[in-house]
Amino acid sequence: MTTLQTKRPAPAVTKEEQPYVEQGRNRHTGWWLLGIAVVWLGGWALLRGIDTLVLPFQDQTTLSTWLNGLRDDIQLAASQGNWFFDGVIGGISDALDGLVTFLQQLISTPAPPRPVPEIGWLGVVALFGWFGLAVAGARMALLVIGTVLAFGFVGYWSDGMDTLIITTVAVVICCIIGLPLGIAMARRKSVSAAVTPVLDLMQTMPAFAYLAPLALFFGIGAASAVVCTLIYAIPPLVRITEHGIRSVPATTVEAAGSLGVTKRQLLRQVQIPMARRTIVVGVNQCTMAALSMATIAAYVNGPGLGKPVIAALQNLDVGAAAVAGLAIVLAAIMLDRTTTAASERSQRDSARVASVGRPGVVMMQVLLEKLPRWASEETKGRRPIPTPAFRRAALGLLLIPVAICVYYSRTFLSLAQFPESVNVGPDIAKWINDFTDSFVNAVDTFTNAFKNFISYAFLNPLQSLMAESPWWLMALVLLAIAFVLGGWRPTVTTAVCEAVILGTGLWNDAMVTLTMTIVATVLVMILAMLLGVWMGRSRRADTVIRPFLDTFQVIPPFVYLVPALALFSSSRFTAIIAATAYAVPIATKLVADGIRGVSPSTVEAARSAGITKRQMITKVQLPMSREALVLATNQGLLYVLSMVVIGGMVGGGSLGYLVISGFSQTQLFGKGLAAGIAITALGVMLDRIARYAAARYGRA
Amino acid sequence: MTATQDQPNTSSSTASTGDSALAVKDLWKIFGDRADKIIGTPDADLTRKELQTKTGCVAAVKDVSFDVAPGEVFVVMGLSGSGKSTLVRLLTRLIEPTHGSVQMGGEDITSADDAKLRELRRKHVAMVFQHFGLLPHRKVIDNVGFGLEVRGENRQARRNRAQEMVDLVGLSGYENSYPDQLSGGMQQRVGLARALAADPQVLMFDEPFSALDPLIRRDMQNEVIRLHEEVGKTMVFITHDLAEALKLGDRILIMRDGEIVQVGTPDQVVGAPADDYVRDFVSDVPKSHVLTLRWVMRQPQPGEGEGGPALQADRIVRDAAREVLAAHGPVRVFEGDELVGVVDDEDILRVVVAEEASQS
Repeated sequence: MTTLQTKRPAPAVTKEEQPYVEQGRNRHTGWWLLGIAVVWLGGWALLRGIDTLVLPFQDQTTLSTWLNGLRDDIQLAASQGNWFFDGVIGGISDALDGLVTFLQQLISTPAPPRPVPEIGWLGVVALFGWFGLAVAGARMALLVIGTVLAFGFVGYWSDGMDTLIITTVAVVICCIIGLPLGIAMARRKSVSAAVTPVLDLMQTMPAFAYLAPLALFFGIGAASAVVCTLIYAIPPLVRITEHGIRSVPATTVEAAGSLGVTKRQLLRQVQIPMARRTIVVGVNQCTMAALSMATIAAYVNGPGLGKPVIAALQNLDVGAAAVAGLAIVLAAIMLDRTTTAASERSQRDSARVASVGRPGVVMMQVLLEKLPRWASEETKGRRPIPTPAFRRAALGLLLIPVAICVYYSRTFLSLAQFPESVNVGPDIAKWINDFTDSFVNAVDTFTNAFKNFISYAFLNPLQSLMAESPWWLMALVLLAIAFVLGGWRPTVTTAVCEAVILGTGLWNDAMVTLTMTIVATVLVMILAMLLGVWMGRSRRADTVIRPFLDTFQVIPPFVYLVPALALFSSSRFTAIIAATAYAVPIATKLVADGIRGVSPSTVEAARSAGITKRQMITKVQLPMSREALVLATNQGLLYVLSMVVIGGMVGGGSLGYLVISGFSQTQLFGKGLAAGIAITALGVMLDRIARYAAARYGRA
Repeated sequence: MTATQDQPNTSSSTASTGDSALAVKDLWKIFGDRADKIIGTPDADLTRKELQTKTGCVAAVKDVSFDVAPGEVFVVMGLSGSGKSTLVRLLTRLIEPTHGSVQMGGEDITSADDAKLRELRRKHVAMVFQHFGLLPHRKVIDNVGFGLEVRGENRQARRNRAQEMVDLVGLSGYENSYPDQLSGGMQQRVGLARALAADPQVLMFDEPFSALDPLIRRDMQNEVIRLHEEVGKTMVFITHDLAEALKLGDRILIMRDGEIVQVGTPDQVVGAPADDYVRDFVSDVPKSHVLTLRWVMRQPQPGEGEGGPALQADRIVRDAAREVLAAHGPVRVFEGDELVGVVDDEDILRVVVAEEASQS
């Protein structure tokens, strides 16, 4: 029981006994920052254009040449049967490819010698519906069926299936690796200490950065798609599992200990059941992350809905991109709602009736009253609910029609191949294009004015300041800011990251990317504060807005490019807008929760002192939710950064564009990889500065 | 619960010798690095605060020894931070002691290995917690049977036993409810039933009723008294509530800063506080409700003690008051057959009126 012992803190000491209060230090942060700004501006005015390290697009650096060479060596080694590249990596790659191909032939692509998959669309719909019913209830089953049918109606049946396959395979592997790992981390501090920094790095690294190296090892195609999806999706699962096991109340663990449970009994009968709901939330997060990455993996030729989006974006065909994007959004909503419903059900049996829905409840009641005793449990003063035995029996019976559907879908071609005649995808695309054209024409003046305002007022001056200052001045400025905001630790990290960026030879591009990130983050925080304060103060606003934010949050980042592209055509600004739209939901929620979390008695006390609404916001609610604001900024930054990179697709330029070019142009492979490294360094730098600033200023 | 009436005054500060249910000797718990190096050095004599400033370690329990007799209700009382909750966890090694020994029913707990300790926890000692520690995903009946389940009893046997316990604590009809459907008092009854289910020799209570509202708390205290009469377990009861301690305890151990301040029966604690700390503590207690005639009687004057009514020395003042006041002249007080003193109206009124004065 040594684990119990370590968890118990020393007995609480009353405040009278320990009147230790940290001396408030006036840090003069504002003055320091102003000083830095003055020096920076002065330096910029005098030294503008000197030592800016601009690197023309096609130029190579030492590093990128070396990376190109490395790629050639690796490819050579793999082709010559090197034990590592051919044996280990090749083995994993073949296994994943084989698994994905097997599943594809089962439900999405022709399975030779047949001209169609093993199971046709009708069988797939029936199977998916049954599965939805089993894990998440009747309503979710309808949602699942509707979604997969919609894939067919917009003409992306097999792409949709492929996306689901990649996502599912990745999530299953995540669970196999992640759940035991999370549990081990919760039970052993040493494991947690060893794994946490790795998870940190995995989460700070923009997804784009590791696509290229993975493609190098695993080849382009399904295997790379699964592996990168895996890397992207596993950290939330591991973290939340650890958190879930950890937050089982100490008193319950202790009570179980006092009854003499073994460690295994403690885990299986106390900790896992009590953490189950949290763990399912982890699976939900993991699934959503997997879906968003599975679409991005189209860049390394991963099968799925990402491919039509990329193709359409490259042709600037907003309509087609929107239709494919819509399919992704539907998939996202379906996966999110199903896993959420599953987590709510996993809580307890009594919630079961609720998931059937209103008419369902009545029918169920009528049905249950006629059922034998084993099928319904009478609970005090409540409606009879189906017992697990009844549910199992019903699900078992339903397998018969499912099997019939599968059989017919194997027998009749029209039930195997989704009929082309009902494909309304191109029509929708055309309609969207027409609508967008007229809409954009109508709001053109406004959007252009907005674009120009932001560009000329913020973007251009800041970019000039950051990218046209000598690199050493800029490096010093960043170091100084890191030191003033966070102390010496983030300063060291910043120095290392700056060295890495310099090493990649892409300093100037990195500064342009940094500018875009900062402008987008500022936009995010302005919007998040406006919305968040409103939501935090008004229950009604919260009830109305929050479901939208929740939905926006599950949409993969990729899809945000489509409306941004429609409104602002291809430009640097488009990437900023997409990044802002992507990051606003999470930041808004954090701000709203922070405002709501301000102690009601403080608010009441302030009101009794005769405070105005504006004073309440600026003097009480915002200062007291400082922690949430800092956290929102940190999260906003990371979201924006990952999106700014993807924005390379729609004219974002700089690092993001280099990364994307690296996928397609052989001679730019090394440079793209270097850009990925530079982005990672930027991300780590910003994250560290924000985190240490949060630790310092977050405590109100 | 009957100790104030029948336990001899002389032997009340130590449990009856011989086979004690629980014997604690020189028990220490110091939290912090290298805590085990402190005991035996002059540092061990420092106050808690001095020790913390000097070494960074916190002495939660300092050199505590006591015995609990079989069937006794032994209350450990102290304010928060006094180390009482740590102490009760040391007894079953939910927290490892830094030093000292604990013996339960002749078994040395402090030297037991993991398997032995688990066996002990499964069969010989059970605990009731302040925040219940119930499993929210299990029905009441399965919570109660959990201890039996972990020690591998079959489903039927543990269902039967659990049902018995549910009935015993008055929760019949709630077997299939989930903990969060019950009130706090009912949840604690589940905790109690779970502890009783394993049929342990010793029951430990860690502030079990502190989280309950006063009326429910009184019900639960009476429930414990009833259960003690029915099942006669040895009980170690932790509380910060003096009234609760006086009501339940055969003997009370008062702790402050990890050390024992006083051990004694309720009337000893109230009648002869060991120091100002305890005196301050008990100042609000209605003395006539706790003190026995022994504490108010005086030596008979010549001519007194010849005849008239006679009362036993361990009668509580409040109960005896009416008889004494009704008698003409002093009343004789006996310890068994031996005359030990007399009380008259004056002696009774001194206690009762002093209370009135202190309360107003």
